[in-house]
Formats: sequence, structure tokens, C-alpha cells
Amino acid sequence: MKLLHSTEGRLAVIAAVVFLAMSALAPDRFLSVQNMTSMAFQFPEFAILALAMTVTMLTGGIDLSVVGIANLSAIIAATILTQVTGGGAGTVLIAFAAATGVGVAAGLMNGVLVASLGLPPILATLGSGLIFTGIAIALTGGSAVMGFPDATAWIGNSTVLGIPTPLILFGLLALAISLLLTRTGFGVKLRMYGANPLAARFAAINIDAMLIRVYVLSGALAAIAGMVVMSRANSAKADYGSSYLLLAVLIAVLGGVNPYGGYGKVIGVVLAVLTMQFLSSGLNMVGVSNFARELIWGSLLILVMIVNTWRATGRRT
Amino acid sequence: MTTDLVTFDHVTKTYSGITALDSVGFSIAAGEAVCLAGENGSGKSTLIKILAGVEQPDHGRILFAGQPQGALNPRLSAAAGIKVIFQDFSLFPNLSVAENIAFSAELGHGTRLVQRARIADTARATLARTGVDIPLTAAVETLSVAHKQLVAICRALATEARLIIMDEPTTALTEREVRVLLDIIRRLKADGVAVLFVSHKLAEVLEVCEKVIVLRNGQKVAEGPAADFDAASLTRHMTGRDVAEAPPAPLRADAPELMRVEGLSKAGAFEDVSFTLRAGEVLGVSGLLGSGRTALAKALFGLVAPERGRITLDGRPVPLGDPLAAAGAGIGYVPEDRLTEGLFLTQSILQNISVGRLDAHGASGILDIGGLMAEARDWLKRLSVKAPDPDAPVRSLSGGNQQRVVLARWMARSPRVLVLNGPSVGVDVGSKAGIHGIIAGLSAQGLGVIVISDDLPEVLATCHRILVMKAGRLIEDIPSGQVSETDLAHRLAS
Amino acid sequence: MSTLWTRNETLVALVIVAFCGLAALSDPGFLSVATLTDLLRGGIVLGIFAVGALIVLISGGIDVSFTAIAAFTMYVTAMLLNAAMPWIPWWAALLTGMGIGACLGAINGVLIAVMGLPTLIVTLGTLSVFRGFMLTFIGQKQITTLPPGMREFGRMMIVRGENADGSFYSLHAAFLVTAGAIGLTWFILHRTMLGRQVFAIGGSVESARRIGIDVRGVQFFVYVYVGALAGLAGIIHSSMARVANPFDLVGLELSVIAAVVLGGARLAGGHGTLTGTVLGVALIVLVRNSLIVLGIPATWQSVAIGVLILIGTGLPAWQAKRAAAQAA
Repeated sequence: MKLLHSTEGRLAVIAAVVFLAMSALAPDRFLSVQNMTSMAFQFPEFAILALAMTVTMLTGGIDLSVVGIANLSAIIAATILTQVTGGGAGTVLIAFAAATGVGVAAGLMNGVLVASLGLPPILATLGSGLIFTGIAIALTGGSAVMGFPDATAWIGNSTVLGIPTPLILFGLLALAISLLLTRTGFGVKLRMYGANPLAARFAAINIDAMLIRVYVLSGALAAIAGMVVMSRANSAKADYGSSYLLLAVLIAVLGGVNPYGGYGKVIGVVLAVLTMQFLSSGLNMVGVSNFARELIWGSLLILVMIVNTWRATGRRT
Repeated sequence: MTTDLVTFDHVTKTYSGITALDSVGFSIAAGEAVCLAGENGSGKSTLIKILAGVEQPDHGRILFAGQPQGALNPRLSAAAGIKVIFQDFSLFPNLSVAENIAFSAELGHGTRLVQRARIADTARATLARTGVDIPLTAAVETLSVAHKQLVAICRALATEARLIIMDEPTTALTEREVRVLLDIIRRLKADGVAVLFVSHKLAEVLEVCEKVIVLRNGQKVAEGPAADFDAASLTRHMTGRDVAEAPPAPLRADAPELMRVEGLSKAGAFEDVSFTLRAGEVLGVSGLLGSGRTALAKALFGLVAPERGRITLDGRPVPLGDPLAAAGAGIGYVPEDRLTEGLFLTQSILQNISVGRLDAHGASGILDIGGLMAEARDWLKRLSVKAPDPDAPVRSLSGGNQQRVVLARWMARSPRVLVLNGPSVGVDVGSKAGIHGIIAGLSAQGLGVIVISDDLPEVLATCHRILVMKAGRLIEDIPSGQVSETDLAHRLAS
Repeated sequence: MSTLWTRNETLVALVIVAFCGLAALSDPGFLSVATLTDLLRGGIVLGIFAVGALIVLISGGIDVSFTAIAAFTMYVTAMLLNAAMPWIPWWAALLTGMGIGACLGAINGVLIAVMGLPTLIVTLGTLSVFRGFMLTFIGQKQITTLPPGMREFGRMMIVRGENADGSFYSLHAAFLVTAGAIGLTWFILHRTMLGRQVFAIGGSVESARRIGIDVRGVQFFVYVYVGALAGLAGIIHSSMARVANPFDLVGLELSVIAAVVLGGARLAGGHGTLTGTVLGVALIVLVRNSLIVLGIPATWQSVAIGVLILIGTGLPAWQAKRAAAQAA
């Protein structure tokens, strides 16, 4: 079975197995149009965060500040949406632009910390994540910002030709990141850097510029995820999506991204996202609580690491 | 007649069909220093592993003090007093000198609590045996390389060492430090400790050795009293070549000046280095380890930032200390340590070549993958890299082919000047000639090539001119036709 | 001399002094026994966690699951003792907690030391496994009636007094447990060969293997020990709070690691001191308790901690980067 030799091939099989298992467990409900639609609305927000995590992990780094960036961006956008009168599509666009700007600025800060000051990515993004979350708390006093114009709901709650907008957004972003990673010099360089940072320096790759761009990209993706969350929840709050950080790491690792850098494909991440969503929807239907999902996710993460490590060592010897 | 400490009796070891050691036999007596010379891939490391008990031989016997041994393991081997000092010393950078020295001994005592007095005593006593004074409480990470090596030697001595195996002992030492090391070795020999030097460059330690053994392709090709060998004859035995390669085609008299280096200085590394390089010229920079040659090589490519001086290429200054600017100006650098500095081991062969050409094929933002890969394949062919599957990870290639991949990466960028640091380190004899051919080709195309190497036959075979570097300074500038290998070796070491 | 000034401990101590100085200027009542006991009280649970995080960092790993171990342990212990052994004394309750914590730590130990998985990913995973398991299969409701042993421990004070303004101050006996944990860890790290092997592994795993250190065994010990400390911290937390709330503690892990890193421990392993860790914890507690005294609203707390982490780890990182650039 050649399919099973690649990480992505194995994942495709796992995704299919989970899908079939859930269909068998609750055929009438899991396979319903309603469930499919609700799944398509649910996963894009954390899937976009997983894309952000993937990009940083490919360089051998990590971005622990994605949830902080997402919430801070959402709160900035929410403040604009509630403070600026008029409330037409123009305001919404300005708010989204401002949010993306916040994400880019936050990512720039991470990039400078990692590339120019040489902080380990874990510490840099741990510290900056606290700062972003902290600013979000300080701006709002910890309470939710709500009362947006109707146009805000478009990004998270509408459909285009029957397809949920967040799903389209995720699809476009996944495609764009995939192209970026495989079809641009930037993408190839960041993978090469992840494979051997020293050799990248000796090959005259502009490492600082590349790392800064990586974290800016991660920040921008986090901000977009923040917009989706805000639009779906119709509010913004400093502590939304706190479980998404683990989930984003989990999806990236499950998707075959090497946490030490150098290997990872967007298709793997997409398959991992689908697996997670099938699993959690299906489990929800058979009455498993949210906490059990946490348990299952954690176990899955460890299981995947065990399988990947065993395969890697098996190949070496 | 005393019994020998260690005897190898027709020891053979094969790895998946490749014979690493072929019926090798020798013996080492107490208090004797032996040189084991051989190029990379000659079977040296296998021999060390078998002695250390890490690997088991397929055939043959190993005798300790005349007693045939059964299957060895690291514990048995260490208990017999065989201590290996690896090239990286395997110390704990964060711990003190005393703790590093005494750690193995303390583990051997099996006490649960830290015996601070005993640790200090052990450290003091073993340091005294070497006659060198290092503060016991200093953290090892703050020591010089020579002192780290000393700490590693002391650690071996702290646990009843009878035979100390030193892997590439002089690689990172300055000339003065080598002298200190030799003094220490003399003291150890007087104490009855045997020493086995394992290296591909042993001329420096010949004077303290009684015996030389040369390995080539897993076979013992020479053995005899150290007095019968010199640098040139060692090299000859290791490579198996009797005649030196032909010198390079002469440089055209009207070849224009390409690069000029003036007064380049970096405290503690090199001082006031000046030279010129003409188009099509192959310039050798040769010096012993610690002469500052690697720092200079890196400085030419911006990896080390000199404090003073300037580099100009075609009359235009090249910013110092910036590899991107150096690469942009047309300088390329092939590093000495291919595996950690040169290659992206897990990435494909083609990727490893094309990584330098991403910007050229991606001007519009989107990479022209087809063009990029076609170019890389073309380079595989031009440098005759033997790669059955160009999409396989580069680590699947042999040393010589890997080196060609790194060369191809830079050649694809059409540089003006290529700095090659140890161009054939870890490359087998056959591939070496191939790489020398590539260097000659570069020269014919009008590139300036700087070969940094202490492999004298290589320098003589490839370079038009040889700069001799010593203690950070260029002390001589010799046209290569006017010097013999022995003469050059003498000038480097004197 | 120069090494003293560039050490993180010195930096953190200076920041603490500056903080207290500024606080005393803006509120003369700041320098009081009450502030001190509040500070010490705030450091009890955090301190035990930090000591555990320190030993993991020294060994070259990282553990983010210890808060989940603590929450799991305190909840399960409270439930277990209530149901089966309400009669056992307070010290036995603490020991039970350490035992349960050690068992959970052993799970991390098996995954990391035996199977060789990356520590961050593994402990991220076990964090949610421990928490998810407790909330799914054991319970989600607070236990408001703690077992008698834990209740008794919750009431033990070593210092009690009245301030000039009539308010009371007190220092909980658990402070002694924290001090004991710090002392024990110091002893292990600096006076036992096991502790030296932890440092050795953090310095270079490969070298440790070559000289015959049982790397797996030492790593396994580290995660079990951290589990035991986390269990202990969990019991103390719920005893002091007089309630076992399964939703407590988780979320603290990054602040704890931040405190330890501020104190000079390196993520790469091999380096870290208990003095630095205690100072780091003191600074974090000070920021949490007393930011308001400096006229900074409490909502800016996490910004302040984030800035401290970036400065505290950024300065040495930047110095190291410059030194590397200088080297030939």
C-alpha cells in the first residue's frame, strides 16, 4: 500500500475511517445536510490558526501568540465597529483592514524578537502573546464588545452559492499558503531554513527578512481567524478561543508538520482539520461532552507523535 | 618481553556488504604512542568503535593483555582502561572543570551523594599529572579548545586509563597548544599510559610516537617505526598515490586583477591580511590548524566580521561581515563542514542545488519550478554527480557527490570568486581528482578561486600561488611550481 | 564582577528593588508586614510549581502539563479521601497528593524518557488528557467540603497579626512546605549525583550517554518528581482555598515557566538556579499583587508580565547573538 508510506496518505485514510465510523455511529444525524453545514461553519476559525502555526513550525519555530493576536485584532475591529457611526459596509471594511493591520504589526513584533534579537520562538511568542492578550483585557476591562452592524455577520455567518463563507475563506487561504510554500522562493527558503538553519546562513539566504515575513504572515492569518470568530460570535472578547492554541499545534503536528522544522504540507493540515472536525461533531452527536473532546484530542496528539517517531526511527536504522 | 596492552588479531568488520575493516592486525604496548593514520572512510572510526566496544567485529580476535576477549561492550572496554576522547570531547559545557573531570569516576564509585572533596582531589590529582593548571571551578564552556581537550584527557585519566584513544586530536589546536599536548603525552607515556592518535593529519604528532599504522580502504597498508615516516610519506600511504598530480595550467600573463584584500584584521583570528586575486587564478591559503585560515575564509564571505581592512571586487568595495552582500557581489563559499554547514540533509538533491537560484527564477513572485529544476539537473550532469534519483534526500549521496552538489549550488550562481574551504575533506581519492578537475575548469572560465586547505598535495596540484598563513598572518607568497611538498610542509610548521 | 552584573538573578533583584522603591514612594504603606505576607502567600503554590519547572528546564525539557496534574490530583484526592479515608491526617493527604502526582508524572516520563517524544508536544497533549479525563470521567462540580485532613491543613498558620489599621495578616503553614520543597530540590540538584546528572543531561545528552549516565532513568525521575511536586501544590492550593475546583490552576503554566526563565534558566537546558527561580516568582507575584500601587490598573498585569519576559529573556539572547557575531 503505497498510500500508507506518506504521512499525508496515512492521514487521508484516517480521515476517511473517522468519517465512516461517525457515519455508522449516527447515520441519520452525522450525514445530514444540517450537520455538514454546521461543521463547515465551525472549523475554519481554528483551521486558519493551524495554518499560521504550520508556517512557523516549518521554520522550526512556533507561534504561541496566535490566539492573543486573534483576540486583540477582533477587539480592535469590534471597537471600530461599535464606535464609528454609519455602520455600512465601509465601516466593516475599515474594521477588517484595521484588524489585519494589528495582526501584521503583532507578527512584525514577533519576527523582530525572533530574527533580530535572537529570542527562542517559544519565549518570544509566549511573552508577546501575554502582551497581546493583556492589551485586549486592558482595552475592554475583560468584558465582551458587542453590538455590530449587520454587515459584520457576512464573513462568519453567510453563505455564497450555498457554501459557508468561512469555508470559502479557509479554502482560499489554504490554497494561497500552499502555493506560497511550494511555488515561491520564500516558501522554499523557509523550509530549507527549517531543515538546517546553519546551512541556510552559509547558502546566503536572507534569514532575518524571511523569519520576519513568516511571523508577519502568521500574525495576519491569526487576525483573519479572529475576524471569523468575532463575526460568528457577534462579539469580541479577550479570552475567546483559549483552547484553540493547543488545537492549532495539534492539527499542525497531526497534519505531518515536523515540529523541528523542514517538513510539512498544507494538504496534510487540511486532512488533519477534517479528521478533528468529523471526530468532534460525531462525538458530540453520541453525547460526548466538550471535555471528552479535549481528552481525545490530547490522546490523538500523543498517538500521532508516537507513530511518527517510530516510523522515523524505523527508517533510520 | 612484556605482553601487549591491546592486540587486534585479523579483525574484519563489514557493514551491509561494505568491508570497513579487512583483517586488520596490530598491537599497542603500555606506555607506547601509536599513530593510526587514514583518510575518511579508511576504517579509522570503525576501529575506534570496535575498541570502545560499541561495535562487534565479524571475524578476528581482540586481546587485552594477551587475554582473548569475548563480545565487548562499552562498559567492559572502559573497565579494561580503554578511553576514547572524541573529537567534540563530549564534555558538559555547563559544569565545572572539576566535575567534568571527576564525573565518570564518581559514577564508577556508585555513591549517591556528591563527594565534593573527593571530586576536587580527583581533579587536582589528574591535572597535576598533566602539569597544566586550570581553575577547578571554571565552567567548561568558558575554556579554550586546548583546555577543553585537556579536561577530556583528565577525565580519561581519572578512571584508570591504560589506553587513551584520541580522535583527530590536533584539529582545533594552535601550534603552541599542540606542543603543550605533546608534552602531556610524554608525561602520560612515562606513567605507562598508551596513546593511540587517530587522524588523517598526523605529521604534528609524529615526534612523540613510536609506531605508525596506516589504513586505506579498510586495510592496513603500512606499519613501522615513526622515524620512518614524514608528512609526505604518510600522505602517500593514505592516498595510495605515488606521484603528485600535475600542476595547474599556467595563468595567462594578462589576466586582470579581480579581487583585492587589504589589511584585513580580526583580533584573535588574523592580522593585516592583504593579497590580490586575478581572474582565472587559483590561490591557495595554507596553514596549520589554528593559523586563522578558516576565520579568514569565513571573513572573505562575510560570515566573520573583521574589525579593519577592506575587500574590493572589480574595484568595488564589498561590505564586510555580511554574507548576503558578499554573495550579491559574486563571492561564493563552500564550507569545510559539509554536513552541518553545507547541506540540507533531509531535502532533495535538486533542492540543495537550486536553493541558491530561487531569486533568479522567482522574479515575478511565482517560482519557475520547471526552469529551476531543469537547471539543477543540468548541473548534476555537468559536474557528473552520480545521483540515481535527483529527488532523493541529499544525505543518500557519497561524500564526493555531496561536495559536488554544494559546488554546483554556487557555480549555478555564476560567481566571480569562489572560496573553497577544504574542498576535498572527507572525499575519497577518486572523487578528489574529480573535484580538482572542477577547480581547473573554474579557473579556465576566468573565475578567481581561493582554496583554503592544509592538504599539501591538493594545494600543489590545484593552485597557481600559495599563501602560507601562520599565527593569523600571511608570511609567504610562493608560486606553486617553485616548491616541493616537503619544502612546503617545512615552511608551514617551522 | 562583570558576570555578577550580567546575571539574570541580579537583573531581577534590581527590578524587584526598583518596583518596591517606586511602590513605597507612591504608597508609604506599601513596605509593611502585610505586603510581605501577601507576597509570601502568593508565592506558595507558584513557588512549588516553579521549582518543578526549573528542574525540567535544567534537564533540557519543558513541561506544561503540571497545572493539569495539580488540578487532577487535588480533585481526585479530595474525592478519594472524602469517600474512603476521611480519617487520615493532613500530612498523609499531602503525601497522597504527591503519590498521585508522581503517577501522572510517570506517564510523561514514559512518553518522553522511554519513547523519546518531544517534551513540549507531549506535555501539551497530556495537559489536555489529564484535564479532559478528570472533567469527563471524574467530575466537574466543585468539592466544597474537603476531607478533614485538608481542612485542618487549610487552617494552619505560622504567623498571625493585626495591622495598624485593624486589618489582619497571616502566613499560611504551607509556606514551610514550599520552603521545604525548595530546600529538597536544592539538595537533590547540588548534593546528589542524581542532581548532577540532571545538569549533565541538560548540558549535553550525547556526552551523558557516552560516559554511561542512564539518560532515560534520569529523565524519568525528573518528570516523576515534577509530577509529585505538582500534586503537592494542588493539595496545598485546594486546602488554602478550602475548595477543590477542577477548573482552577490550569492556565498558570506559562506564567510559571516565565518566572523560571526570568530567573535565568535556559530553554536549551543545563542552566538555572533556585535563587533565580525564587526571585522570578517573587517578581511575578509582585506584579500580580501590587501593580495597582504603581498606578497601573490591574488589567495591565499580563502586559507587564509579557514585557518582563521579553526583556528578561531578550537581553541575554541579544547579548549571546552579539557575542556569536563577534567570535571568529
